[in-house]
Amino acid sequence: MSRGRIRTSGREAYALPAYAAFAALTLLTVLLCVSAGSVSIPPAQTLQVLRDALAGRPAPATAAASILLSSRLPRVLCVALTGAALSVGGAAMQGLLKNPLADGSTLGVSSGASLGAVLAIAFGIQIPGLPFAGTMVMAIMFAFGSLLLILTLAWRLDCTLSTNTIILIGVIFTMFVNSVLSLVITFASDRLRSITFWTMGSLSGSSYPNALVLLGALAVCGGVILAHARELNAFAIGEDNARSVGVDVRRVRLTILIAVSALTGVCVSIGGSIAFVGLVTPHVVRMVTGPNHRRLLPASLFGGAVFLMLCDLAARVVLRPVQLPIGVVTSLIGAVVFVLIFFRTRRQAP
Amino acid sequence: MNMLDVQDLSVRYGRTEAVAGVSFHVRPGDWLMIVGPNGAGKSSVVRAVAQAAAYTGRITWNGEDLRAVRPHVLARRLGVLSQNHAVGYSFTVEQVVRLGRYAWSPGLFSPQAADGEARVARALADTGLTELRGKSVLALSGGELQRVFLAQVFAQDPALLILDEPTNHLDMVYQKQIFALLEQWLQQPGRAVISVMHDLSMALAHGTGALLLDRGRPAGFGPVREVLSAENLQRVYGMDVSGWMRAQLALWQEV
Repeated sequence: MSRGRIRTSGREAYALPAYAAFAALTLLTVLLCVSAGSVSIPPAQTLQVLRDALAGRPAPATAAASILLSSRLPRVLCVALTGAALSVGGAAMQGLLKNPLADGSTLGVSSGASLGAVLAIAFGIQIPGLPFAGTMVMAIMFAFGSLLLILTLAWRLDCTLSTNTIILIGVIFTMFVNSVLSLVITFASDRLRSITFWTMGSLSGSSYPNALVLLGALAVCGGVILAHARELNAFAIGEDNARSVGVDVRRVRLTILIAVSALTGVCVSIGGSIAFVGLVTPHVVRMVTGPNHRRLLPASLFGGAVFLMLCDLAARVVLRPVQLPIGVVTSLIGAVVFVLIFFRTRRQAP
Repeated sequence: MNMLDVQDLSVRYGRTEAVAGVSFHVRPGDWLMIVGPNGAGKSSVVRAVAQAAAYTGRITWNGEDLRAVRPHVLARRLGVLSQNHAVGYSFTVEQVVRLGRYAWSPGLFSPQAADGEARVARALADTGLTELRGKSVLALSGGELQRVFLAQVFAQDPALLILDEPTNHLDMVYQKQIFALLEQWLQQPGRAVISVMHDLSMALAHGTGALLLDRGRPAGFGPVREVLSAENLQRVYGMDVSGWMRAQLALWQEV
């Protein structure tokens, strides 16, 4: 055995310049997405309007300023934050469950949130003075209720709350909720268009308050997830190994599950079901960063934001003036990308 | 002074009693071999000691109940090396080994131990992984992968190593390497090893003590040569183990 002196690479996380590059790329994508659309606005004019708005100066009474500030900017902000949240949640779930096919919807929390929102739409549940809040509150309540139910059932079956049990219960719960969703849709035919559009995912009606809610959820839950990067590395190697190296397996697992569920619930409540972002983005990012979560999580955060903003741009401009639901675009792109990744990985498998 | 004391240990899986009434202790410098036929409860005993399985009875470390010990503190005392490693992602050898230092700086803002980097470097060197440190663990052979996790547990630097059939599925070359590494590791004062073993010859060669289990019950605990006597093995395995092994060995004298 060699006993030669070796150097180890102690730095595992990204340095500040890498974060600056990620932020610059994200801001450039924001600029592109607020400028482009059915009405194109020159980037210089976009920058001027945004500068005035940030400085607190009154917006000029032009159509471009109105489109930018009232419609596109809140939408693009919500899209970016949703993409970041779904992507970082997906990366965390893939590490926690050591399963590359996991994402925020694996637990069934996404389906639970969808059921809450669909019930709110079908039965016209609203909170006076707060439009959309009824759907949001119901989605978040059902997301947490679903998590509670899934964990309770998993606990009753297996008090160690093993990963396999949680996945199994999540899959069964998703199938059950999907059948209930179909039942509700059958009996709510008068609101079918609204429900269907929502279940396909759409952020077309997003507002600044929506963006603030998403930002708050991402700051808290995303922060919790990022703070557990080393523990997620240990889980990604194996749950027994995580326990052996000293990770508080049960506490970390519950913390990550709750954080991802809250993020998923908030995203579903605002944008509906947007598939594949949490599944595909971490896969693509992992090819560049490797599996180390100290790099994978922040890169997924920015990568998810950029990916979803570009998907939303495609949804707005490809068939203009018709706008596609963003979930349709992510599913079309995501499915193709995922199949390509799958074949590439299978070919490279040792 | 015992470092580890196990009193009246029982482990149940549902209605099945895997282990009942097992007591033993480990002192610094000991290498305790846990032996017995398949289904004797060997792995259940080590899982309970590592706090990875629910149990009744009492397991103490220098008098302190291990149930009350926080996971990262437990990992500074006990390191576990299992027989199977199914790594799902393409981590490098060095990344896996580095995780062994988690117990010494578990929090986000915990300071790194001053000798952390040196311990990772030494663990890589001791296990002959210097050249492989940048390689993906998915591209390693079974023996190399076992060495990676041995390096991780060396970097973890626990006082007691718990090995669950550490050389199962490995060829003789790797078995010899790994037992030599473990012998070398045990030379440091204050260290001890517990191994679950099927190979009774290796148990005799390396063990200082043995715990013999028979269908979850203790069938002997003490010095390895006393516990693995021909009579005890005949009783537990239901065959003349000693005679059978001598006959196997005699075959080599004709080669």
